[in-house]
Amino acid sequence: MNRAANLTMQSAPLHRPLQKTSHYLVWILLYVFLGVTALSMLIPFIWMVFTSFKPQTEIFKMPPVIFTTSYTLEHYARALTRGNFNIYFYNSMIVSVVTTLLNLFVTSLAGYAFARLKWRLREELFMVVLAVMMLPGLIALIPTFLIVKVTPFAGGNNWLGQGGTGWLDSYPGLILPAVGGGFYVFLLRQFFLTLPTELEDAGRIDGCDEFGIFWRIILPLCKPVLAVVALFSFQASWNDFLWPLVIVQSDRMRTIQLGLTLFQSQHRIDWGVLMAGTAIATVPTVVLFLAFQRYFVQGIALTGIKG
Amino acid sequence: MAVQNSISQQKSSPTWRRRRYGLTRQEKTAILFVLPLMIPLMIYWIIPSLSSLYYSFTNYSVVMATKWVGLNNFTRMWADNLFWRSLKNSAYFTVGNIPLVMVFGLILAVAVNARIRFRNFFRVVFYLPLVTSTIAISMVWLWLLDPNFGLLNVGLKIIGVHPQLWLQSTKQAMPSIIMMSVGVGVGGTMLIYLAGLQGIPESLYEAAKVDGANNWQTFWFITIPMLMPVTVYVLVTSIIGSFQIFGPIYAMTDGGPAFATTTIVHQIYINGFRYFNMGYGASQSWVLFLLLLGLSITNMRLMTRGMEVA
Repeated sequence: MNRAANLTMQSAPLHRPLQKTSHYLVWILLYVFLGVTALSMLIPFIWMVFTSFKPQTEIFKMPPVIFTTSYTLEHYARALTRGNFNIYFYNSMIVSVVTTLLNLFVTSLAGYAFARLKWRLREELFMVVLAVMMLPGLIALIPTFLIVKVTPFAGGNNWLGQGGTGWLDSYPGLILPAVGGGFYVFLLRQFFLTLPTELEDAGRIDGCDEFGIFWRIILPLCKPVLAVVALFSFQASWNDFLWPLVIVQSDRMRTIQLGLTLFQSQHRIDWGVLMAGTAIATVPTVVLFLAFQRYFVQGIALTGIKG
Repeated sequence: MAVQNSISQQKSSPTWRRRRYGLTRQEKTAILFVLPLMIPLMIYWIIPSLSSLYYSFTNYSVVMATKWVGLNNFTRMWADNLFWRSLKNSAYFTVGNIPLVMVFGLILAVAVNARIRFRNFFRVVFYLPLVTSTIAISMVWLWLLDPNFGLLNVGLKIIGVHPQLWLQSTKQAMPSIIMMSVGVGVGGTMLIYLAGLQGIPESLYEAAKVDGANNWQTFWFITIPMLMPVTVYVLVTSIIGSFQIFGPIYAMTDGGPAFATTTIVHQIYINGFRYFNMGYGASQSWVLFLLLLGLSITNMRLMTRGMEVA
């Protein structure tokens, strides 16, 4: 011990400048590492945008033209007209917005009941909701398809759900099975638990009914966590692929993710148009993320803390 | 518990007076509040999950009458080379993907947790692929990995490496998909680790400094052990997620070339919705479910045992 201490003391004057340069070196290496990683993650996005604006003749040029001088919107125009991306975009927007609104309503009501109301079987039912969240969604895929297919009185079905296609290939079929995320209920319940009970008591004294307390007193205080739920729900719905793939059959019901894969498989791949379609499919969630990144980060952090 | 609570509350407040059918006012409200969630959950999740077990023992297909076939689906699966192939491919993807995502995610978290400039910019960039749809990213990578005109082969040419086949080669297809998935998933792991890092009390680091620990020692003996719960969470959720990879597989290779990338979920999709062997597909999804259930439990046990020894 003593000898070691002596050694370091003796070498201290020699050591110091070395340490300082190595310190700078560490910082430089850190920035280079972060910069290279960031660039390699951005390149796919950059290349997508560049390709989508290049004239057809430059896309296959070797060596590739990086900065084109003649930007063109022809690929976007073709994606919207010949590729039907306007329909796909509209479908995705309807499905995502409605799913998100329903999710907000349904999960906040339930989260409030799990957090603030006192009733029998409350803990048990909450466990059920969490268990459903933990389930790999895939296990329900095939039977859910069949249940949607036998929806009574829909798509030519009789009251027993026989004879037609039910809610396959329809907006309700795309939307309703996606409603009710256990994660959102969990998130909202945790937030409601932090609010003081005096708020509800004050509401009750003023003669508010239970729904009024929830709607007029509690919900306005929950805007940040509602924003997290809305953003996650919209993003999940917009990016969902397997469920739409399974139940959509006609071109007019395709979501934008389905449109992309269809376009990629049907034609000899027209990279300009495909990249334009991909850019269109990317814009909504990326814009939402950039505008509200604080909420996204909070949501992720909350999932992490849970573990 | 809940019952006891409500009884003790009864005395203090008139809200808790029992009405007809033995329900308090709050209980009635609670039922109304929970129903909009429970109805879709019941119809589209709970009932299907349970009935999927029933379908595993039938030959259900949309077109023909359903017949109980006992264990036929499972014996068929045992002899199905493609099923075993898909299990192997899913395991390959998982084993290739997770260590990279976790190690890289931790390194990035430590890096962006340091007091650096443009910290927020880096966080945003690293997380960006996660808000983008996997299908969109798959499309871009399909273009980047194109053997003739893709940017990756152009880059290789510059440094003097022969162009590669990437997704069109049985050997390189899965590594290509893993490479893409690591780039996508690493931002999420980073953010979760970042939350974990910020939860470590500063006093531990101060104590280590007093004891004369260097940066490496602090990292190994304080940061890593303190992040253990986060690591377990990331590991469990990533295994469950990785075993269910489907989007990129469907969009980029459709299981090919020569079944080199067909995964379990891809097989379930093919059997259920391309061949309409829904009973068989359901039985495969139950096997996947049991597999993941077992994995998560063993995984948790292993990790907690490891912590006790340390």
